[in-house]
Amino acid sequence: MNLDPLFLSRIQFAFTASFHIIFPSLTIGLAIWLAMLEGLHLTTGKEVYQRLFDLWLKAFAILFAMGVVSGIVMAFQFGTNWSVMSSKAGPIMGPLLGYEAFTAFMLEATFLGVVLYGRNRVAPGFYFFSCCMIALGAVISSFWILCNNSWMQVPVGHEIVNGKIVPADWKAIVLGPVFLLRWLHMLLGSFLTTTMCLISTGAWYLLRKVHYQEARVMLNWGLVATAAVILVQIMVGDINGKHMYTYQPAKFAAIEARWHPEQPGAQLWFAIPDEKNQRNLFAISTPYIGSWLATGSLTAPVSGLSDFPKQDWPPVLIPFFSFRIMFGLGLLMLATSFLGIWLHLRERLETSRWFLWAAFLTFPSGFLAVILGWFTTEVGRQPWVVYGLLRTADSMTPTLTGTGVLATLISYMLVYAVISSFGIYFIYDLLRKGPAESGSEIAGVAEAATDSIPLAKE
Amino acid sequence: MDASWLPLFWASLIAFAILVYVVLNGYDLGVGILFGTTRDEGYRGTMMNAIAPFWDGNEVWLILIAASLFGAFPIVYSIFLPAFYLPMALMLCALIFRGVAFEFRYRAKRFRWLWDWGFFLGSLTISLVQGMAIGRMVQELPVINGEYAGGAFDWLTPFSAFCGIGLVLGYALLGASWLVLKTEGLLRDWAYRRLGWLLAGVLTVLALVSLYTLVSHLRVRDRWLENMWLAVFPLLILLASSILWAGVRWRHDRVPYGMAIVIFLGAFLALAGSFWPYMIPFSVTIMDAAAPVQTLEFLFYGAGIVVFPIVLIYTGIVYWVLRGKV
Repeated sequence: MNLDPLFLSRIQFAFTASFHIIFPSLTIGLAIWLAMLEGLHLTTGKEVYQRLFDLWLKAFAILFAMGVVSGIVMAFQFGTNWSVMSSKAGPIMGPLLGYEAFTAFMLEATFLGVVLYGRNRVAPGFYFFSCCMIALGAVISSFWILCNNSWMQVPVGHEIVNGKIVPADWKAIVLGPVFLLRWLHMLLGSFLTTTMCLISTGAWYLLRKVHYQEARVMLNWGLVATAAVILVQIMVGDINGKHMYTYQPAKFAAIEARWHPEQPGAQLWFAIPDEKNQRNLFAISTPYIGSWLATGSLTAPVSGLSDFPKQDWPPVLIPFFSFRIMFGLGLLMLATSFLGIWLHLRERLETSRWFLWAAFLTFPSGFLAVILGWFTTEVGRQPWVVYGLLRTADSMTPTLTGTGVLATLISYMLVYAVISSFGIYFIYDLLRKGPAESGSEIAGVAEAATDSIPLAKE
Repeated sequence: MDASWLPLFWASLIAFAILVYVVLNGYDLGVGILFGTTRDEGYRGTMMNAIAPFWDGNEVWLILIAASLFGAFPIVYSIFLPAFYLPMALMLCALIFRGVAFEFRYRAKRFRWLWDWGFFLGSLTISLVQGMAIGRMVQELPVINGEYAGGAFDWLTPFSAFCGIGLVLGYALLGASWLVLKTEGLLRDWAYRRLGWLLAGVLTVLALVSLYTLVSHLRVRDRWLENMWLAVFPLLILLASSILWAGVRWRHDRVPYGMAIVIFLGAFLALAGSFWPYMIPFSVTIMDAAAPVQTLEFLFYGAGIVVFPIVLIYTGIVYWVLRGKV
């Protein structure tokens, strides 16, 4: 059998990166939620916040441990499988990832020890400070990751010296033209992952008629935050799309499965792209919208894949569908949050079991949207690893053998399968049992805790 | 502008970070190794508690080292990791199993054995791989034109395997001295009883490794014969070992861990002295491997002189607030 180390290395990177991103996409938002709960508990003294904190802290500990260990794999993989990229682009990518380790990982990991084991050893103020440091670390970490990735998408501020990509202007590299809004997109994506999990957990408790007090806090916060964030997220996503059209037009064409330039551009809502014959089957489209999404004008010309040399075309199928499913999930979040708020205002939220079921089943929406968003942007960047500068095919470690990579790929798959099945079970078990000493198991009792929550009624 | 101090600064900072990593992650890996040598559930629980608040922070030093190498010395990063492709993957799988075991072990009921074994074998494998990597580096890696030019199994030699066992013993020594520091009663006595043997084991390995290096035709030998002052490091190790032994005899709980650190410091400096100024022994020097000045400066003015001291300060504070016996 002929094993291609390049193909296997790409599968391995995609697999380990997709597995890893599950954890940060929840823990960034969760760290902020925990800091907020601890702050609310400190200022209001209400027990319900403490119980929710203790519950979610346990889940956080499991998720964080899985995030750290799968993240270490990422830190080594650039060198093990992509050594040519590491030595060529290392002078730029290395420091950005180095800053992540210095400014973020250390902060998170060190203060997690205090938060997990120091409750009775440190003053409440220092404990709260430690919670905030974990949240700060998580946000800083996403800053550097998106900074590095945005540079790989739209490389600026560099020069080529002796075949190496070296930095010329750090300010341009760090604050690249697409960085800030891509970072915001990821941050909001991870907030939504968290708020959808809160909504879902709250709905689950109400369906099972347990932990009413905690369920209400989670549902109220979750619904309001989702509604607010998703609107901003859709706007940010739209601007990112326009940036992409400016800086990576071939990727944009692939996402839209636009084989040829059009004026005005139509928007494909659904199709089965046929890459071989460069056409779309079963296409459903609307004229003008395509131009508007790319440029902001209804009639502007938009480029298609045939405008670019064939060897620079990204794959079409994966970006096309990933993007559409991600967008659909965004609409699902929008619908869930607004419907939930509407039901709440009419005081029918807790009795609408159909809605609670639907809300309970939305728990994977945030994770899926984040993973598919990354699929869209990373597969869409192909065949480049550093857009326009370094091809993926030229980045691989030269000494790698197909069997070697197959062996490591299978090992990672096995190890990840074992730890994720245990991890998922433990988190399920933890959330199913719920807070240790629930305040009230009876609806309508002990409402005292709800008066500082948005939407709560007297 | 003469900017040759920048690569030296980063090489020193990374060397320091490696030393910190070794003495910090070393004790928790060592406790993991000792964990596998007892079946007493009470001991095992206390052992976990003695390291649980710290392992995360300790392990992050490894990422810091990898990321700093990637940033400041990308060539070293892209030679070293491909050379150890398979053992690195093995080490990463071991790190994963061992890391999640902290959270999973006490939650699992029917499958606790899986995480007990995962924790023990994971700790053992990580230590073994790290020791073997050091050993293989001493034997010189084949490097051509700034790229690793060897095979997939070059890392496996009798000498590297012996160094692997040496580091397992060394980490176990750190682990036992950490248990002495952080625990009380029967477990502390248990750890004290093992300290002597582990110390003897570590010294034997160090002696044999030095002897082999001296009689072999490795270039390291000429280094030592030309620079006799290097002998201060073995002397430092012997001195620290005697104090450690005295600490064991007189049951001074803080002495063994402190002296174990000095032993590692001595061994580390002896190693550094053997290869200075090479980062990959006798093929890539610090200057060869250094990233462009702009890169090193960008790292220096932020991470190097601002963030790094802050990291040291809050790491110290957290160890201070969580001090004392478990």
